[in-house]
Amino acid sequence: MTTNYEDRDRGRRFNGDEDFDRGRSQGRGGRRMRRRRICRFCIEKVDIIDFKDARFLQNYIPERGKILPRRISGNCAIHQRMLAEAIKRARNIALLPYTTD
Amino acid sequence: METKRQYEVVFIVDPAMEDDEVTRLTDTLKQIATDQGGTVTKTESLGRRPLAYEILHKTEGNFVLLEIEGSGREIAELERRMRVNDRIIRYITVRVDEDRRRAEKFRAKRARKAEKKPGSQSAASRAAAPAEFAAAEETKDAA
Repeated sequence: MTTNYEDRDRGRRFNGDEDFDRGRSQGRGGRRMRRRRICRFCIEKVDIIDFKDARFLQNYIPERGKILPRRISGNCAIHQRMLAEAIKRARNIALLPYTTD
Repeated sequence: METKRQYEVVFIVDPAMEDDEVTRLTDTLKQIATDQGGTVTKTESLGRRPLAYEILHKTEGNFVLLEIEGSGREIAELERRMRVNDRIIRYITVRVDEDRRRAEKFRAKRARKAEKKPGSQSAASRAAAPAEFAAAEETKDAA
């Protein structure tokens, strides 16, 4: 029991993040607000997303347990693919739920 | 010759099992892997964790991680044994060498890029800093 994956503090929670909802909210003129697309993984130079780090992956599954889409998170295609793969693996070994009701 | 493959094997043991039993089970699995010509490079207990969903009416599990290097034959045997063992409620094997190599390549690429642009960040800012200081000094003098 050397590494405690729970304690690893990586990535901020997206829910409740201010940037998070901005893309969806309507501007006053009814026009969608523009949001800068930034891939957090690219900025932090992440090369491998660990499927065992459930606490971290939790950031990318909203209440229903679905994988947060790229259009919301702003991830680049490469990292979104890595993330999706990691989440699916984590689901397989019951670290993350397939569904939440 | 083909290179050695690296695998991460995570398995969940029945939470009713005592810790020393779990270690013994882990040792037998490691023995199986080595018998088949693999090498166990890492063994780690991830501890008792809640399961995200029920498996066989269990809400908790004891997670163990093994890292194994080999041809892939030992993985086949290991998986067969884990499937048969009813104390192991779930397992997953992930091949990691390809991803790690890719990650290494990315890192090397970044390092090269950083070298090619000599001090676009670090050296330039360091060089700029004294100049700024001097400029600030001058304006102060002028005032």
